Amino acid sequence: MRRLLVGLAAAALAATMGTALAQDKKTIGVSIPAADHGWTAGVVYHAERVAKKLMEEHPNLNVIVKTSPDPASQANAVQDLETQGIDALVILPTDPDPLVNAIKEVKAKGKFVALVDRAPSNNDDSVRDLYVAGNNPALGEVAGKYIAETTPNAEVVIIRGLPIPIDQQRQDGFDKGIDGSAVKVLDRQYGNWSRDDAFKVMQDYLTKYPKIDVVWAQDDDMVVGVLEAIQQAKRTDIQYIIGGAGSKDMIKKVADGDKMVPVDVLYPPAMVGTAMELTAAGLIDQVPVNGTYILDATLVTKDNAEQFYFPDSPF
Amino acid sequence: MTDTTTTKAPSRSFWRDVDLRAVAPFVALFLLLVLGSFAHDNFLTTNNLLNVMTRSAYIAIIAVGATFVISAGGLDLSVGAMVAFVASLAIMFMNAGSIASPLGMVLAAMAVMVLIGMACGLANGLITTIGKIEPFIATLGMMGVYRGLTTWLSQGGAITLRNADVQATYRPIYFESLFGIPYPVYAIFVTGAIAAFVLYRTSFGRHVIAVGSNEDVARYSGISVERVRTLTYVIQGLCVAIACLIYIPRLSSTTATTGMMWELQAITAVVVGGTALRGGVGRIWGTICGAFILEIVGNVMLLSNVISEYLLGAIQGAIIIIAMLVQRWLVRKS
Repeated sequence: MRRLLVGLAAAALAATMGTALAQDKKTIGVSIPAADHGWTAGVVYHAERVAKKLMEEHPNLNVIVKTSPDPASQANAVQDLETQGIDALVILPTDPDPLVNAIKEVKAKGKFVALVDRAPSNNDDSVRDLYVAGNNPALGEVAGKYIAETTPNAEVVIIRGLPIPIDQQRQDGFDKGIDGSAVKVLDRQYGNWSRDDAFKVMQDYLTKYPKIDVVWAQDDDMVVGVLEAIQQAKRTDIQYIIGGAGSKDMIKKVADGDKMVPVDVLYPPAMVGTAMELTAAGLIDQVPVNGTYILDATLVTKDNAEQFYFPDSPF
Repeated sequence: MTDTTTTKAPSRSFWRDVDLRAVAPFVALFLLLVLGSFAHDNFLTTNNLLNVMTRSAYIAIIAVGATFVISAGGLDLSVGAMVAFVASLAIMFMNAGSIASPLGMVLAAMAVMVLIGMACGLANGLITTIGKIEPFIATLGMMGVYRGLTTWLSQGGAITLRNADVQATYRPIYFESLFGIPYPVYAIFVTGAIAAFVLYRTSFGRHVIAVGSNEDVARYSGISVERVRTLTYVIQGLCVAIACLIYIPRLSSTTATTGMMWELQAITAVVVGGTALRGGVGRIWGTICGAFILEIVGNVMLLSNVISEYLLGAIQGAIIIIAMLVQRWLVRKS
């Protein structure tokens, strides 16, 4: 699947370069959450970046990006886009289940619908033609495997996000990743994906455990708090920290060869761009793009970090 | 605060004259410390206790301001968002780098924070008093305004202090100590001492309590209720600014979610500390004690191995309720 995706995206890109001439005017509507925290800020940035790029490449293509703070206003935004006359809708729902009907209505009118990241309980082809998402279990598994391979006897503390399903998927993935190794999990506590809370939790871990080898914080924002807490305690036993998502600050640390942050695991907000590119390819070049695309939770290392670094992004 | 008198039967009247309502939070704090010592061997280490006191500084200082607002019969729900707003503006000011020397830059930023904080407080105060809007709604609205402006300033992401020299100059304010005590702990007690002086020893302080206990009586006695109430919001803004002064050096950045729910923590600290939500009573040291209690509850939970991480919220809530029940019980006994 992942090879297929990369291949398809590349092919789509190459194909769209040459054949944008002599076609009808097409419009893609993009509906995404408003930037209310780091990751969604990244989504907005990448949606606008890719929209601009697509319109430059295809003179006949118009891309409208709309942001909405909550499900109710997003349902209105989808309706407005539909009234403006779109040929395809790319949507990253603030909350998928309340928006299912609004999305289905667009689909019922024969428009192409691409759904990104957050799936409703009933995620089949009656709702969307294309589904692009990151891989939460793999985000945990990749981190777990890296720890098991790099430091096979490590004693690990985990800082979780909020008690919601994707957090649990990441935890289960992590346990699968370290399964069969001698890696020992000392503790898991919630840090609410917040820098301040992660700072507190890490301070308490440092009080509680005289020796910690690795911290898995599974989120780049929380790594900021963890690093400060370790620096304050002047503890030298912690070998490294693994975050997740791919914020520019952490990718930069990886690229610079920071010893405390040797790797990061991707859960890229740029996935909205993947969906937009594929939608444009299907719309303009008539290549088949329907299906489900689960992006890899790629391990970002010093060697490939440059490829994921967006210095202008707010995230 | 705990007055004793010398009478013929000292042992009995000592207990009768101690204001148990004022002592109760300290009893709860003591019980919590005992409980904590069972949770983990490292709980009662100086290092852990200083960590906890240091990080409770934000809530403690904000709650000192809230004690003024609440004892004058008001309420301020906007403080958490105000922290994010004031701190974000200060970081952007420092990033603009208009002053060459890092120390000058930090001092200027501190002045900027104090001014913006007081201006925000003044805005809240004028809306509730001149605008005659219920404080709950007025400050809920302002909470949205401050939070929204912060989100807009940060474009949803983070605002980070870029200049490494300024960062190095500012960082010690949170992380360094004087005589083994971190600076934020001094900040708590100095703020508390000044606040206690203002509330208990000045005519303004007595006016605050008078306005909170009975607005009409206060008005008939010639107190300008609007002026007193507005000033309590300005004090709240000033306290938020002081909290920002020590918030920025910790992580050197703010996000759109900075200070989320801090208003509720501050109000909880005030109430746990023995100040009545209906106004008319203000206990500065109780409030600071309440902030310590809140932070220690979280610390004890995390250090203990017996409690599932899924139950933390429930146990935290239960401990706060128990602390309040202990208070009520002590008061009834007196």
